[in-house]
Amino acid sequence: MFFYHLRLARQSLAKQPLLTALMVAAIAVGVGVCMTVTTFLYSISGDPIPSKSDQLYTVRLDSWSPDEPFHDDRPEQAPWQLTFRDATALLESDIPLRHAAMRKAVFTAVPENDDVAPFLTVSRMTPNDFFPMFNVPFLYGGPWDDRFDETAGNVVVLSKETNEKLFGGEDSVGREARFGDDYFRVAGVLDNWDPNVLYYDVNNGPLNPVEDVFMPFSIMGAREINGSGNTNCWKDEIIDTYWDLLQSECIYIQFWAELPDAATRERYQSWLDGYTDSQRELGRMERPNNNQLTNVTDWLRIREVVGDQELAVWSIAVLFLVACLVNTIGLILARFVAKAPVIGLRRALGASRFDIFRQHLVEVGLIGFVGGLIGIGLSFLGLIGVRKLLPDTADVTSLNLELVAMTVLVAIAAALIAGIYPTWRVCKLQPAIYLKTQ
Amino acid sequence: MLSMKNISRVYRTELIETHALRDLSLTVEGGEFVAVTGPSGSGKTTFLNIAGLLETATSGEYLLDGSDVSRLNDNQRSRIRNEKIGFIFQSFNLIPDLNVFDNVDVPLRYRGFGGSERRQRIENALQKVGLAARMHHLPAQLSGGQQQRVAIARALAGDPVFLLADEPTGNLDSLMARQVMDLLEEINRAGTTIVMVTHDPELARRAHRTVHLLDGQLANPDPFSPPADSAPTAVSTVA
Repeated sequence: MFFYHLRLARQSLAKQPLLTALMVAAIAVGVGVCMTVTTFLYSISGDPIPSKSDQLYTVRLDSWSPDEPFHDDRPEQAPWQLTFRDATALLESDIPLRHAAMRKAVFTAVPENDDVAPFLTVSRMTPNDFFPMFNVPFLYGGPWDDRFDETAGNVVVLSKETNEKLFGGEDSVGREARFGDDYFRVAGVLDNWDPNVLYYDVNNGPLNPVEDVFMPFSIMGAREINGSGNTNCWKDEIIDTYWDLLQSECIYIQFWAELPDAATRERYQSWLDGYTDSQRELGRMERPNNNQLTNVTDWLRIREVVGDQELAVWSIAVLFLVACLVNTIGLILARFVAKAPVIGLRRALGASRFDIFRQHLVEVGLIGFVGGLIGIGLSFLGLIGVRKLLPDTADVTSLNLELVAMTVLVAIAAALIAGIYPTWRVCKLQPAIYLKTQ
Repeated sequence: MLSMKNISRVYRTELIETHALRDLSLTVEGGEFVAVTGPSGSGKTTFLNIAGLLETATSGEYLLDGSDVSRLNDNQRSRIRNEKIGFIFQSFNLIPDLNVFDNVDVPLRYRGFGGSERRQRIENALQKVGLAARMHHLPAQLSGGQQQRVAIARALAGDPVFLLADEPTGNLDSLMARQVMDLLEEINRAGTTIVMVTHDPELARRAHRTVHLLDGQLANPDPFSPPADSAPTAVSTVA
């Protein structure tokens, strides 16, 4: 009977193309808007590295003031970042499989070609563990050698776009690139890398694109490079020199460790607790031990990458879908009531109420299916609009197969919900009334 | 075949009660061709709706093919309508979007027959009414008489216990009306019971028996009288 009902639905919809188009458009626009927003939120809230998200941990130590917690409203949370001295000390541990301290900075890139104007680049200073730890793909070359981390050597890894600007997209490994007043040897060039959210540094714009340049973490102290991004301080300290900043209790370093199993994690946790105990003996870390290892997905949740504002926008999108559905209910009702004589005839010829109900649900389901297909197109256009309005989110706003399927299912479900009341109404029609008047 | 005893139908609103049928008792034997006549407002349509299980009586007993159908629920009435009653309407009531084949197919779909059986029944029914060659035409491509013959084929396809015809020639010119009546008589001669509601005395005279309704009651003094003419005793399908 399903295919029979499907055929009837197709014929019925084709009979009134304008009304059908209005119903399909109402569903498509509602679902399109809703799915545009949902896709955006889904992209930024999903697991950005599912193969390793349970092995990668951000490391936090509670080095904050003994008088007050870092967060008044969430006192159980350790500060989001580390001091430079703690990050440097943590890099000495050999327990994690890999680990990376990191800090953002801005450099001016000066191309070899005088015809190309210098341009600003965002850099991440981090050890070479960063690349295998976060599964970073390379187009040319690879991470720099350990000796560059140890000696604060002038070496860089370029993003694909930066390599395009500086070297026209050629294999630039071994060539030198100028950043500021210094020349750096190119160790590698990244391939396309789209982590959706910069989960390794949500402090400085989780929706920002991947950095343009990567340099060893060690050059930060060695060359006294001023970083950019959030810096939080609690202690009344005199910070006159760069050395003062490095030795201060200000927090501005992000730190990640790759801990492949529970045993390693426990061992590392003990090591961290031992470290803060030892610092307490030196007059630091006056708060009780609160050293936290937080995996990727928990980190995104704790940091509320999808916050109240985003949820409010999503609620508005859902309300818009509901408004479209209410309109659709009216259109479907008008359509079904107009079909009352044929429904009465079918009832007279032996169709039960359930038969009529089923037939019309298939019809509204078909409306939803077509609306969903068009809704996918509208979502796609909507996401292009989001990219134009919010260029920083360009990497995260794309439809995947799962969301395409979900769009169609949401559209069908929405149409069925909209169709239940009109369908129920037509099932209650008394057939005798319409047989004389058809 | 069909036996109604003391059937009443009252329509109530807040202000008035309308007695469409009052203690109507009527028996139709198998193979009969009965005409139900009466002026407008006499209760003919209400009688037809109750006989066709499209409405329920307010009181009384209705036996159809030996079973009491007075108190069936909606689903049960749908099933009985589908299996035992063939409807022929004044305005044909074909579905305009469906071709002749699919129109005849409608009641068979709800019967749950398989594809090959449905096809066979549809082809047989259309052959009986002489429209086998038009099975892919839409109703709008047929004359009124042909449309009514399609409706008769649709009524016959499920092998019903009886046909209920509501002014079957009301929308036809005299030539086509005669052809349709000839067809109904042929079907009846082949053994199918027919109850026909009409206000046309000419048509009523072609039935075996006429019952006259007036103010919701039988004007015929003896509704349980045997058929006026001898009805066919052998039951067979129309060749």
